[in-house]
Amino acid sequence: MQDIIRQLEEKRARARLGGGQQRIENQHAKGKLSARERLALLLDEDSFEEWDMFVEHRCVDFGMADQRVPSDGVVTGHGTINGRLVFVFSQDFTVFGGSLSESHAAKICKIMDKAIQVGAPVIGLNDSGGARIQEGVDSLAGYAEVFQRNVDASGVVPQLSLIMGPCAGGAVYSPAMTDFIFMVEDSSYMFVTGPEVVKTVTHETVTAEELGGAITHTSKSGVADLSFENDVEALQMTRQFFDFLPSSNREQPPVRPSFDTPNREEPSLDTLVPPSPNKPYDMKELIEKVVDEKDFFEVQPNYAKNIIIGLARMEGRTVGIVANQPMVLAGCLDIDSARKAARFVRFCDCFNIPIVTFVDVPGFLPGTSQEFGGIIKHGAKLLYAFAEATVPKVTVITRKAYGGAYDVMSSKHLRGDVNYAWPTSEIAVMGPKGAVEIIFRQEAKDPEKLEARTEEYRTKFANPFVAASRGFIDDVIMPHGTRRRICASLAMLRDKKLNNPWKKHSNIPL
Amino acid sequence: MFDKILIANRGEIACRVIRTCRRLGIKTVAVYSEADATALHVEMADEAVFVGPPPSAQSYLLIERIVEACKATGAQAVHPGYGFLSENTQFAQALADAGIVFIGPPAGAIAAMGDKITSKKLAKEAGVSTVPGHMGLIEDAEEAVGLARDIGYPVMIKATAGGGGKGMRVAHDDQEMRDGFRAARSEAKSSFADDRVFIEKFIEEPRHIEIQVLADTHGNVIHLGERECSIQRRHQKVIEEAPSPVMDPETRSRMGEQAKALARAVDYCSAGTVEFIMDRDKSFFFLEMNTRLQVEHPVTELVTGLDLVEQMIRVAAGEELPLTQSDVALDGWALEARVYAEDPLRGFLPSIGRLSYYREPEALDDVRVDSGVVEGSEITMYYDPMIAKLCSWGRNREDALETMQAALDSYYVRGINHNMAFLADVMGTPRFRDGRLSTNFIPEEYPDGFQGAQMDEAVRATLLVVSAVLQRATADREARIAGQVEGHEKGVGNDWVVLMEDEHVPVHVTRSDEAIWRVALSEGEVQVQSSWKPGEPLFHGRISGRNVIVQVDRRGARWLLTHGGTSRQLLVLRPHAAKLAALMPKKQPPDLSKYLLSPMPGLLVQLLVEEGMPVKAGEELAIVEAMKMENVLRAEQDGKVVKLHAEPGSNLAVDQAILEFE
Repeated sequence: MQDIIRQLEEKRARARLGGGQQRIENQHAKGKLSARERLALLLDEDSFEEWDMFVEHRCVDFGMADQRVPSDGVVTGHGTINGRLVFVFSQDFTVFGGSLSESHAAKICKIMDKAIQVGAPVIGLNDSGGARIQEGVDSLAGYAEVFQRNVDASGVVPQLSLIMGPCAGGAVYSPAMTDFIFMVEDSSYMFVTGPEVVKTVTHETVTAEELGGAITHTSKSGVADLSFENDVEALQMTRQFFDFLPSSNREQPPVRPSFDTPNREEPSLDTLVPPSPNKPYDMKELIEKVVDEKDFFEVQPNYAKNIIIGLARMEGRTVGIVANQPMVLAGCLDIDSARKAARFVRFCDCFNIPIVTFVDVPGFLPGTSQEFGGIIKHGAKLLYAFAEATVPKVTVITRKAYGGAYDVMSSKHLRGDVNYAWPTSEIAVMGPKGAVEIIFRQEAKDPEKLEARTEEYRTKFANPFVAASRGFIDDVIMPHGTRRRICASLAMLRDKKLNNPWKKHSNIPL
Repeated sequence: MFDKILIANRGEIACRVIRTCRRLGIKTVAVYSEADATALHVEMADEAVFVGPPPSAQSYLLIERIVEACKATGAQAVHPGYGFLSENTQFAQALADAGIVFIGPPAGAIAAMGDKITSKKLAKEAGVSTVPGHMGLIEDAEEAVGLARDIGYPVMIKATAGGGGKGMRVAHDDQEMRDGFRAARSEAKSSFADDRVFIEKFIEEPRHIEIQVLADTHGNVIHLGERECSIQRRHQKVIEEAPSPVMDPETRSRMGEQAKALARAVDYCSAGTVEFIMDRDKSFFFLEMNTRLQVEHPVTELVTGLDLVEQMIRVAAGEELPLTQSDVALDGWALEARVYAEDPLRGFLPSIGRLSYYREPEALDDVRVDSGVVEGSEITMYYDPMIAKLCSWGRNREDALETMQAALDSYYVRGINHNMAFLADVMGTPRFRDGRLSTNFIPEEYPDGFQGAQMDEAVRATLLVVSAVLQRATADREARIAGQVEGHEKGVGNDWVVLMEDEHVPVHVTRSDEAIWRVALSEGEVQVQSSWKPGEPLFHGRISGRNVIVQVDRRGARWLLTHGGTSRQLLVLRPHAAKLAALMPKKQPPDLSKYLLSPMPGLLVQLLVEEGMPVKAGEELAIVEAMKMENVLRAEQDGKVVKLHAEPGSNLAVDQAILEFE
């Protein structure tokens, strides 16, 4: 018995040291923390319950039989974040470069299976050189087992991925299927094929950072949702983000006490929309002034900036915000913004998060690059996502809501529960000038007549009243009262029940 | 008394005049340009008349339009504020012709004082001391020495055709005079092809001190003491006060009498200001007379208890001054700081845009804010970038200063850059505190420009303590989130570490009551009383018996705190996390030297280079328009343009990349 306990202690000590003190120091030298240090930052103090500390790989080829490290390159278990249950895995780069073996994968699968059963989110901290090549197809099988869990868990429990080191090849597909990806600047990268292969195949010279660093994925590819300066910031902010999320699709998002009042008025919003229809304004000011305590957790802030998405709270309850940004491309919809927002809307719908949409959209971005890129199908994604969503949907049109883009942006016709418009809103098929040029084509050569017609069209449609007279707008509200009106609507909708027709699953235009 | 007054101005002064009119029961008419359609002065006035497009030359300066507006609204009098048409004799005449009263001095006084030479001459005749000098031709060095002895050393030798410091010399004795005379002459000759020079008294440590006068149409003239406006940046007044720290009753009365004599000499009525320059030895000399209400009039109001606008209106209505010179008493001390929309860290470049967050320090006693904006107002490129005049009053200068610092701490402005850090820093310097002012104060104290306020020990300690309380309050709230595992709820620890720049400061934070905190640092424990709640932009608290106001912003996991002119980012972590944070590499900010960045928000008017073009240092690259001014951006070194990041016509944010060099 004493002997067993002694052995146990030894094994634990070895496991805690991972690949050894030297490798931990190497990890630190690279600006990275060890797998266990990261968990200590992510989870509440002393809440971590570790599983499978003694798991070792079973590979005997290429000298692996002599190299066994308990835990096998990944630390798994569960703990709490602000008292709420979460399952975690944290890959240990100091053990075989964090490479994924059959047993490494099995450990991840174990916590994911349990997370799905008990209904708690999964956070994966990725720092892995890739497949355990010595294991061959066993490693690949391990990946696939994880992928299957990611898919099974998708829409059941929230899944977050933090990329805190390399994540290359097939390994990228596990984070790709999770709900959000956060990256650490300068010390993480993600790509399917690395710079060497790129060089051989396409003769392009590119660094790992350029190809798949945090900046690339948060601004160019849109693969990652956020990037952070270092491990500490990333993990601190992940804790803040976690507080917005429900534990599973069976639960409502958590309520956090709020110090803000639902009736707060914001007189300055009355002057947010400039008198000139072509002058931009910052939609983020509206979002900040409407949500609780100015606390808006934006995701993908540097990608497809013409649409804003993120989480916030109203009366202490999580809401998802989707908003056109007039500051960028006049707030129009294009391929990237439609994809960005569509996935976010679906995330909110999966997890019972009400969606608040702020609309100022002049239409879809024209051009060959958009058409050739398939704007038809990509634009349809956002339309589909809003139409499919059964969570409470509150929409506020602040200015332009033109054409098909009006329909798309959580309109009444897509089962918008409460649709408001500011007095500055213009709900029409298109802008007055464009409309008149089509309707009165024969008068196109007479600028004076055209000007008169434009004015006529503007008077008739550049206001919220036509839409309101049809009931497409439930009320025209003063900007300063926006928060109060949204809070009242969301409170009314708290017990909303709406089911889509039974189906195996829907077929969104991917 | 008038029933209705039109205010031919905008911004804070228009609002200020309207407030007095309201108190007096006089109806008000505002005028506005296109850019001011939703401005506060328009909202405050009983009526408003549109007068034209944004540029003031097409709106606020159009005499005809203003007169028309008076006629259309039936306004019987016009208050011109300051600037715009306030010292325009044609305007005064046009109003007189239309039978409308100009709330200001007679046209003759405006004209007389508007001319530099006439005003000096009149002043001299009225017995006002003017800068001694010799304007005539000087033959040789010996004559110059003789003249200098008459004037009294030190003297300044200036080129008649001069400018820009060329051909200027200061002489303290005969020898320097001889050398200086020759040097100035030859320099003048080579610079201006004209070797004539003149000499005048050189004012050492010059202070700008001005006397407020008030006169009625019944021949009464009084003065209301002085204001010191020595803190100037490029001849723009920044901080003013009343009284002046250098003043004594005897000098005040001498200056006041001279100012009154000048006012009488031009048959002055209404409020006016006689500006003097004061030497180190307290001798003073006439500069000019401003025949209008001055920007900095509130400090005089705060120490005299008078409403100058009210007095101007009453005088214009023919009333007699309600007080005599002996009734004028100065009570306490008043300071005024001009809050400008500009970026002190970038050479005071103007900053335009929307005041997305704007909160005046309204809760403080003895603070007066004269502003013409509210949250959401736009600071446009068309007009003066002054946001507000922040004034404080105290029983003495020290009290007024303390109140001013608290007012700056609680003045929360976001969306544009402003100069409050600079104001706080100036007023925090020992030299300012000692009242050792001079018009050279700013160039002397900030020879390399403003580099950001210095954080002193008290501010540092405040930021540390406040960040710890903010973090603890936030953590306590986070721990109250729903959905926690029963029996495993989050407890909040008491030990934390504040990370500020490279420092790690351990703190022990406990809450002894809903609004009472104890923060223990290595140097001892302090009690903090505050009911701050997460989300509030201002932290009001009492730390060890001292009232403290700190502006609170969130930057990710960090706190961005602003206090005493200093802004710092602080990260507060649990001790184990702080230990790990110490392992994180210090990241260098990205190398932006390869980019041409926009120094201000504005419009990219023109790009003067193309991709692939080699450029030489000093070559013009782009033109950015902001505040009506075109700013030419030049290459700092030789190089090659590899990429353009912005197109002409696009709006630029501060630090936005315009183009990239190889």
